[in-house]
Amino acid sequence: MSRLIGPAARLSALALLLALVLRPDWFEPILKPFTENNAPAIYTQSSLLSLTLAHLGLVAVASVIGTALALVMGVFVTRPMGAEFLPLSRSLVNIGQTFPPVAVLALAVPVVGFGLKPTLIALVLYGLLPIFENTITGLKEVPENVVEAARGMGLSPQQQLFRVELPLALPVILAGIRLSVVINMGTATIGSTVAAKGLGEVIIAGLLTSNTAFILQGGIIVALLAVLLYDALSILENRIAKRTGRLAEVAG
Amino acid sequence: MTDASQTAAAPVPLSARLDRVGVVVALIAIVGMDWQPFATLKPNRLVSGQGLGLGSALPTFWAAIGIGILSLATILAVLRTGARLRLATGIVSLLMLALLIGLVPAHVVPPDNSFARVSPGAGFWLMALAFAVLTTDAIAKLKLGPLARLLLLAAAIAATALILGSGHWDGLSILKEYATNADKFWREGRQHILLAVASLAAAIVVGLPLGIACHRHATLRGVTLPVLNIIQTVPSMAMYGLMIVPLGLFAASFPIAAQLGIRGIGTAPALIALFLYSLLPVVANTVVGLAEVRRSVVEAAEGMGMTKHQRLMQVELPLALPVILTGIRIVLVQNIGLVTIAALIGGGGFGTFVFQGIGQAATDLVLLGAVPTIALAFTAAVLLDAVIELTERRRL
Repeated sequence: MSRLIGPAARLSALALLLALVLRPDWFEPILKPFTENNAPAIYTQSSLLSLTLAHLGLVAVASVIGTALALVMGVFVTRPMGAEFLPLSRSLVNIGQTFPPVAVLALAVPVVGFGLKPTLIALVLYGLLPIFENTITGLKEVPENVVEAARGMGLSPQQQLFRVELPLALPVILAGIRLSVVINMGTATIGSTVAAKGLGEVIIAGLLTSNTAFILQGGIIVALLAVLLYDALSILENRIAKRTGRLAEVAG
Repeated sequence: MTDASQTAAAPVPLSARLDRVGVVVALIAIVGMDWQPFATLKPNRLVSGQGLGLGSALPTFWAAIGIGILSLATILAVLRTGARLRLATGIVSLLMLALLIGLVPAHVVPPDNSFARVSPGAGFWLMALAFAVLTTDAIAKLKLGPLARLLLLAAAIAATALILGSGHWDGLSILKEYATNADKFWREGRQHILLAVASLAAAIVVGLPLGIACHRHATLRGVTLPVLNIIQTVPSMAMYGLMIVPLGLFAASFPIAAQLGIRGIGTAPALIALFLYSLLPVVANTVVGLAEVRRSVVEAAEGMGMTKHQRLMQVELPLALPVILTGIRIVLVQNIGLVTIAALIGGGGFGTFVFQGIGQAATDLVLLGAVPTIALAFTAAVLLDAVIELTERRRL
């Protein structure tokens, strides 16, 4: 899956996304047939740009927090000090991932109220699972002889971790982050049902007023955004995998 | 072997006698028991309530028994004990919690008050979490086989059914919510399972042959998998929304379709969206599973004079089965979660309660939708994991 979409498709998707967000009025003639009773075809309650930025901001903050937590936990359970937690961590990650994101979101509402907070909690909690899982897998997959060679070279455990183990595990960890970002994009959309600001608002407004134009507009923007983000992260991942691939050859 | 007396005589550092997971379990349990309300009492369904500690939520006798048993369990969790004892401790504690919470309504609500709502408080949930973690840890450390895990799952379902059937929890708010929605609950439940399973079945019927074709033709593989990947990336709410347009147009141009119930909203768009999401795991895992079958095995089958078709049905597919089943597990668990969101486009399912509850700020209604969804997804995961392991064993 080295290239999800070709360069031409990628550029046109990006152009379409930018046009939809920055110049929504261009699309009025196309969207107008999907409205009934002279309803507006373009969502104007908030600017689409501000909604997109809020959406991306939410996903970015949640992904950064989730990644940080997952990395610390993943490193901890793969050290001798935290080894006792390893079997439990694996089971909890498996069980946690069977929880539907919307259930996590809905259960956070009674605890912290409506708005940004429950969405952020759901995004962080649910998003850290794939990263945690992949951090454990990535660190456990580093060949024993490489770690021993590093130890033999006189590297301290900390140096072993930062200079050898984490760089070698990076591609797997990045795959986890990519999965987490995609899941978070979706959960953030559902976050609009609990009044978090984001692009889900447009889709929900469309569903509530039976305005298909809104649904199309919101749906296409969210979908394009998610696909492009996924694609960008895949490219990044491949670049790094190539580099560490070379590193692994040298180290092995 | 170390002599027992020798070990006892040597000064063992405290940290070596404590179980680290147990320490975390104990901390959560202690916070839950001593600092958080065990239950919440609300004057009616929507207003916020008042927290009740273990002592005030329960009759003195039961409070004493509860505190005694749960404290003992906490101590056992902290000490380095065998995994079997830890498993028993976890299960007994969870059963104790289930018993205690059911006793609260009768104790704190006067019999003639039908508006008051009693629900489990933060303390209850923290203790449940702590002992669930203890149980999970013990199960992970015991490395139980698939049949033992299935047995545990069956026992857990039986115990829950027994408690629900006995009416012991009937005073709790989530069950009062159930009582007012009982018919709808089972209708939406059936719809939920129907949507999840029907879309999976359709994905298997289409995805398996597609996966086999992709395995044989690299070009087809190069087109199909990226497209399915893009589909998976589209957030579910957007996907459900986008389904409305083509189906709406379809129904508008073919009146017969509308008569068959194919419309922009409802079951049809939900089913199609779920089907599209389900395709990637089925196709990708079929391709991976078939690719993993060793060349020598295929050649041996060829040498035995098997036709291409026989080879596929008798050798390749059976060998690829565990990997294909893993794809099916991913789809089923994913679908059970995604169906929840189908409620937004009138697709029904337990999501109906979740979104209604969010709309009315009624926590109990949210729980009535969320808890069965989680239980379904969890059951499906455990069940299929065990089946996958059994097929893997048979293959060896």
